[in-house]
Amino acid sequence: MIFSKQVFLGIALLAGAGLTLQAQHRPTPKAAKTPAKAAAADPTLAASLTRGAVVYKNVCITCHQADGGGLPPINPPLIKTQYVLGDKARLSHIVLAGLAEPIEIDGEEYKQHMPAQAYLTDQQIADVLTYVRNSFGNKASAVQVAEVKAVRATLK
Amino acid sequence: MRSTYSRLLLGTAALAGSALLYASQTNVRVAPDPDNAGLKLPAGFGALKVAETGGKARHIAITPQGVIYVKLNRVKDGKGILVLHSQPNGKATVTTGFGDYGGTGMYVKSGYLYASSDHDVYRYKLDDRGEVVDPTKGELLVRGLKVGSQHESKSIVLDNDNNLYVNVGAYANACQEQDRTRGSKGIPNCPILDSAGGIWQFKASQLNQRYAQGTRYATGLRNVVGLDWNPQDNQLFVMQHGRDQLHDNWPALYTDQQSATLPAECMYALSKGSNAGWPYIYYDPQRKEVMQGPEYGGDGKTPAKGDYLKPAAAYPAHMAPNGLLFYTGNMFPAKYRNGAFIAFHGSWNRAPEPQAGYMVAFQPFKDGKPSGQWEVFADNFSGSAEKTASGRADHRPCGLAQGPDGSLYVSDDSKGTIYRIVYNAKK
Repeated sequence: MIFSKQVFLGIALLAGAGLTLQAQHRPTPKAAKTPAKAAAADPTLAASLTRGAVVYKNVCITCHQADGGGLPPINPPLIKTQYVLGDKARLSHIVLAGLAEPIEIDGEEYKQHMPAQAYLTDQQIADVLTYVRNSFGNKASAVQVAEVKAVRATLK
Repeated sequence: MRSTYSRLLLGTAALAGSALLYASQTNVRVAPDPDNAGLKLPAGFGALKVAETGGKARHIAITPQGVIYVKLNRVKDGKGILVLHSQPNGKATVTTGFGDYGGTGMYVKSGYLYASSDHDVYRYKLDDRGEVVDPTKGELLVRGLKVGSQHESKSIVLDNDNNLYVNVGAYANACQEQDRTRGSKGIPNCPILDSAGGIWQFKASQLNQRYAQGTRYATGLRNVVGLDWNPQDNQLFVMQHGRDQLHDNWPALYTDQQSATLPAECMYALSKGSNAGWPYIYYDPQRKEVMQGPEYGGDGKTPAKGDYLKPAAAYPAHMAPNGLLFYTGNMFPAKYRNGAFIAFHGSWNRAPEPQAGYMVAFQPFKDGKPSGQWEVFADNFSGSAEKTASGRADHRPCGLAQGPDGSLYVSDDSKGTIYRIVYNAKK
């Protein structure tokens, strides 16, 4: 495989900066719900969620599934895991650079490579991550375009 | 396993002992569960849950005496192989276990139990009761097989000439420069094929073999989990897991609906030197044609450049055939004899279309070749149509084995249930 040592190092550093990942609870996947009510009161967030849902369906759904539950032991879930809810820079990095090493969530190891999606625009990545962080029972702050842009700059 | 007796068992004293055991097995009246273990089966068949192992039960093998061996994908309580003994009602108890490695391969032949980790293949001598003589002394037959982070299973089978066949799955989807990445081209002369993406042949009784002592028997096979030796035409048959993500990686060429139905999961009848064409091609079941892969210049409409082995039979896309068994028993009706059962593990790669699989299919054979349309044999491992569609299956069929009485055993690597399917049994 293809990922450079620098990328591995980058992932390791980012992972190290994140929260401890052990003993996470993996909830039973539920049907996709309409994202957080807060969106109703926040037109910017609502628009981002709408665009993010389209990106999710076009890019993410095959592996992570319509309910965000992934597929043990191949594709990890996106539900209530610190990979999604935690550090936004680390999350953006996974989308931009991919993830080539196995991860463990709630005792289950997930091995399939996450391919880099660097062809997506910063806006698309911010939208889809905002969508993921506020779908499938998740609730977390929106990802801003500037946050994705800053991570992308570290990869060049 | 099938009821081929080993030369060992044809010894004088051993024969008498094993024949008695065999008789006691076949005289047992096996009672199907009242709900047939939740399975949907053809008329006349019944099923029971033999045991709940609680492990990721991959392949399964049964000795002529009826001892059941289950290979776990991950070690559970320090054990990677479970030993089950049948009770009078047809259920079984996990009596012991051994082997401190996870893996998939499990096979019994000629007085030996064969097992594989994701790197190595071992064998264990069996005694005349079908018990492993010394569980602490697995003999290392093959070591150092290539493993990546996908298609790790080293499925195994033996022929009748003391040869061992091992799948070494390709550690990629389609040998792209960037695996599974949108628009990434295929690497010319795919280097993965040097040490993976095929079936390797080794000697079944030679220790410490590495690639150098083996032969690349067949190539161009992305990942084979289900495989079996066809006793009718003395040939290796394998089930390939077809490539994923035609739409994800080539959205201009394939819709997500096309991606859900392409390519077929293929059965191949292999000979030495066979080349099934991965990663350069895929099989389109609607066109009934081998097509050039998009990573190698294909556009979804162009037939393959190059001459590759045609599938012996084709099945719906992405259903993940993990077990293959030629049925040689006498319990089931005549139409099943010498045909193939296929355990379909179930799909993940059809979203946003509904998922599919999670069942055991039957492929009729005639004169050692597929003949006629396959059919669903045992269904509803998932628990419901909704659970099949969402991919949230309760159970996922993986391994198949034939009991001494002709029962069909099915392992489930999701919850670890072992099923037994019987015919014409009274409830």
